[in-house]
Amino acid sequence: MNYELVIGLEIHIQAKTKSKMFCRCDAKYFSAAPNTHVCPVCLGLPGALPVPNKKAIEQCIRLSLALGCEINKFSKFDRKNYFYPDLPKAYQISQFDLPFGYKGKVRIESQDGEKEIAITRVHMEEDTGKSIHSGNKTLLDFNKSGVPLLEVVTEPDFREVKDVVFFAKRLKQIVTYLGVSDADMEKGQMRFELNMSLRKIGETQLPKYKVEVKNIGSISVLEKVIAYETERQQGILEKGETPVQETRGLRDLSGITHSQRAKEEANDYRYFPEPDIPPIVFSEEEVTLLRATLGELPQEKKNRYQKDYGFDSALAEKIIATKQKAEWFEQSIVGVQEPQVIANLAKWYVGDFMALLKASKTRLSQAKVTPEMLRELVQRLHEGKITAPSAKQILAEMLVSGKSPDALITELGLEAVSDEGAILDVVKQVLAANPKVLEDMKKNPNAYKFLIGQAMKQLGGKANPQQVDALLVKELGVTEGAESIQ
Amino acid sequence: MSNTLDLVKLTVADAAKMLDSKQISATELTQESLRCIKAREPEINAFISVTEEIALTRSKHVDADRATGKALSALAGIPYSLKDVYNVVGTKTTAGSKILESYTSVYDATVERKLQEAQGVLIGKTNCDSFGFGSTGEHSAFGPTKNPINTTLVPGGSSSGSGAAVAYGGGLYSIGEDTGGSIRCPAAFCNIVGLKPTYGRVSRYGAIAYASSYDSIGPMTKSVQDAAIVLQHIAGKDPYDATTGESAVPEYTAYLENSLHGKKIGLPKEYFVDGLDPLVRQKIMQAVEVYTSLGAEIIEISLPNTEHAIAAYYIVGISEASSNLGRMDGIRFGTEVEGKNWSEKIKNARGIGFNDEAKRRIMVGTYALSAGYADQFYKKAQQVRKLLKKEFLSAFSLVDIILTPTMPVLPPKIGEDVNDPLKLWLMDAFTVSVNPVGVPALSVPVDKNDVSAPVGMQLIAPHFKEEVLFNFGHLYEKEVYAS
Repeated sequence: MNYELVIGLEIHIQAKTKSKMFCRCDAKYFSAAPNTHVCPVCLGLPGALPVPNKKAIEQCIRLSLALGCEINKFSKFDRKNYFYPDLPKAYQISQFDLPFGYKGKVRIESQDGEKEIAITRVHMEEDTGKSIHSGNKTLLDFNKSGVPLLEVVTEPDFREVKDVVFFAKRLKQIVTYLGVSDADMEKGQMRFELNMSLRKIGETQLPKYKVEVKNIGSISVLEKVIAYETERQQGILEKGETPVQETRGLRDLSGITHSQRAKEEANDYRYFPEPDIPPIVFSEEEVTLLRATLGELPQEKKNRYQKDYGFDSALAEKIIATKQKAEWFEQSIVGVQEPQVIANLAKWYVGDFMALLKASKTRLSQAKVTPEMLRELVQRLHEGKITAPSAKQILAEMLVSGKSPDALITELGLEAVSDEGAILDVVKQVLAANPKVLEDMKKNPNAYKFLIGQAMKQLGGKANPQQVDALLVKELGVTEGAESIQ
Repeated sequence: MSNTLDLVKLTVADAAKMLDSKQISATELTQESLRCIKAREPEINAFISVTEEIALTRSKHVDADRATGKALSALAGIPYSLKDVYNVVGTKTTAGSKILESYTSVYDATVERKLQEAQGVLIGKTNCDSFGFGSTGEHSAFGPTKNPINTTLVPGGSSSGSGAAVAYGGGLYSIGEDTGGSIRCPAAFCNIVGLKPTYGRVSRYGAIAYASSYDSIGPMTKSVQDAAIVLQHIAGKDPYDATTGESAVPEYTAYLENSLHGKKIGLPKEYFVDGLDPLVRQKIMQAVEVYTSLGAEIIEISLPNTEHAIAAYYIVGISEASSNLGRMDGIRFGTEVEGKNWSEKIKNARGIGFNDEAKRRIMVGTYALSAGYADQFYKKAQQVRKLLKKEFLSAFSLVDIILTPTMPVLPPKIGEDVNDPLKLWLMDAFTVSVNPVGVPALSVPVDKNDVSAPVGMQLIAPHFKEEVLFNFGHLYEKEVYAS
C-alpha cells in the first residue's frame, strides 16, 4: 500500500458512579426496565436543575492525571445545544473550552519500538437516553440519560491498526485499574469514535478530508472498520478522487460503514457556559491528593516487572492484563527472595494455572487456589520436594479441592524420592533388565534417555531427574553422560 | 370571625396575630380569600388555577395543629399564591404558555416544599406573561390580567397575576419570579412590595426557567415586613440547586428597626434622565425627602454602563432562554401536536405552542449564540455584565444602598403598547441591570394609597444584604403610613 493511516480516536467511557452525573438516580441502569431510573432532572422536566456529581468529576481528573494530562483547576460545564429525541433537554451538558484534562500522552509499544500518542483532552459530559426503533415507532428509554461519561480525545497520531488496538486495550486497562469504569464493552460502557483518513507515505500534512465513524462498540469492530475504511478510501484515492468528508455509521458488527447525512458542516451546537452550574474549582492540593490515589498503572507495573524480575514483555503483559491478575500475582510473590522462584511463579501463574482456570471456566476471584497456595507449590518444586509432573497433578487437585500443596503431597504420596540408596536400587534394576540397551548406547545416544525414562517410571515420577541421571552416570562409569542428555 | 376583615389591607404579620389569638381560623381566612378570588377573578384574571381543594385541606390541618397547642410558623395557615412557573405535584404548571397548558407537575419546587413545611396554604397559581416574557401581563396564553387598582391599566409583568392577586386580596402574598424586573414591575404598578432577592439566595429548583443566570425567586407582599417574613422561610442553600449560596440566612425581622441615621443612599444619575416620567421623578424625590428626614445622607453616584445594561441583559437572557425552551417539544410533556415524523411533530408543537414573543426571543437568542456571532453578541454581553458588576461593587463602597425609580413610567393602558416590542423592552431599563449583577432589589410603593399614580421606588443593596433593603423599606413605610 502506498498510503498510510492517519487516525485519531474519541473514546466515551461511562464512569462508574453510584448516581448519575447531575441527579441522584441510580447510574446502574443496565438491563433495568425502561424508564425506571429516571427523575425530573434526567427527564429534562420543566424547572429541574442539574447538580454535578463530585465523585464523577474526581474520576475524570484521576483519568486525566493517569493519561499524563494537565488539569484545568478552574473549569466549567457548557451546554451543547441540539435537538434529538433521546436528548430530553435539547442540550447535553458537556465541556467546551475548559476540559478537566488536556495535553496528555500515552506510551504505546509499536512494532518499531515505543511511540507516544498525544491526548488532546479529557472531559466530562452526560450520556443521552436511548432510542429504540420498532417498526415505524421510536420508543425512548431515559435510564441512560444523565449517566456520567468521560470523553478521551487523541490527536491523529495513529499510523498502524495494531497501534490503535494496543492503545484501546491499554486505555481500557488504565480505566479499570483506576476503577473509574468497568469499561465493559458488552454493556456499552466504552465506545469508540474513529476519525480516519489516508495519505501518501512520506506526506506529513493532515489530509484534506476526514471520515468519522461513530458508535463503535468494541475493539474487534474497530479493527474491522479500519480495514474496511482503508480499502474504501484507498479505492477512491487511487481513482484520483478525494473521499467525502462525512460521518459514517455502522449497521452491524461487520465493520462495513454507510454514509450518514453529511450534516456536520451545518451543525452548530451553540456552546455556552452552563448557567445552572457554577464553575468547578480545584486547588493544587486537591489535585495532588487525587494524584496520590492513582496507584501503579499498567505500564508502570509492566516496566517494574521487566526491570526487577527480568520478565520478558509478553510475560509481563499477560500478568498486568487486569489489575486483579496483577494483584493476585504480586500477592503470590510476597516474601519470596529467590529470582528463580519469582520467575517460576510467573510461569506457573500465566501458564498452567491460567490454563486450568480457563478449562474449568473458573474466575480468578472464585479460584480455590490462593496466591499463598501457588507460592507454596512452586517453592516445594524449587526445594526439590516434588517434581514438575507432580506439581501439575497437585495444582489440578488444588483447584478442585482447595487443599494445600503440602496436604496434597502427603495425601497423594507425591513426595519426591531423594533417598540415594532407593534410587540407586532402581537404577541397578533398570540396568540389569536392559542389557541390550546398554549395547545400543554406543551407537544411539537416545538409548540413554530410555534408561532414564525407565528409572523415572519405576520411581513413579517422584524422583528428581537430575539425581537419577547423576546416579546412572556414576553407575555406568561414563562421565560425559550428563552432558549428552542436556 | 371578625366582620372587619379587609383582605386588601390584611398583611401576613397581622393575619398571623389573628390566627395566633384565634380571632380567626385558618379555614375561615382561606374561605374568605377564596370568596374574594371568586368575586374578583371574572374581571381581573389573576389566576390560572385556583387550588381550592389543596387550600382547604391544608388550612384544616393547620387549625387542627393549632388546637393541639403546637408551635406554628409565622406562615402557618396563611393563604398564598405561586406564579404559575412553580411545579406543585398534581397541579397544572403552564408558565402562562399554550405549549404547557395541559402540563401537570409531578414534583414540587423547592420554594413550594419550604412553604409546605411552614404549613402555608396554597390558594392558587397565578397568571403571567408566557415564560416570563413581558412587562405588562398581556402576553399570557390565558388572557391578560388587569390591574386591580385601575382595571384599564396593565398590572405589570411578568408576575402579573401575582401582583394583581396580592393587590386585591386573593391570598396574602405571592411568590413571583424576577428575571429582569418581573417581580418589581408588577409590584410597582400594583402598589405593593416586591423583592428580587440576591441570585442564589432562594432555590430555583422546580421553577420553569427563563434565563438561568438571572432568575430570582421572591415574595410579593403588602408590606416590607411581610417580605422579610416570607423570605426567611424560602431562603437558603438547596442541595437541588447548585447555584444557591452558602451564606447563612440572617434573622431578617431583627434588622427592620435599625436607625438610618448617617446611612448613605446613592442616587445614580443615569436613572434620572429625560425618559423618566416627570410624575415618577417627582414622587421618587418625595421619597428621598423622607429618607433625609430619617437622617440618611443622599449622594449622587454614577453607574456609567447603565446604557449598555439593557442590551447586555437581553442578549444573555434570551440566549439562555433559547436553550432553556429547547425541551418544550410536546413529546414527553406539554401539548402534543401531530406530525408525520419527529422533527415535524416538534416543529408543529413549538410553532403552535409558543407565542410571538417567545418565538422572537428564541430566534434572537439562537442567533446570538451561533458560531461566528457568539463573540460579537453573547461574549460581548458577558463582558458588559462583568463591567456592570464591577461598577455596582464600587458604588457600594460609597453608599449603603442605591435608590432609583422601579419603572420609568406609570402603568400603560391595556393594549396600549402590546404591539411595540422595543418600547416594552425599554420599559425594563431600570430593573434589568440588577439581574446580571445578581444583587437584591426591593420595590416599595412610594404611596400605596395613591391609586391614581402607582409609583415604586427601587432599593438596591449589595449581594446577600436583603436585611438592608428591609430596614430601609420598613422605616420608610413606618414614617409614611404612621397614623
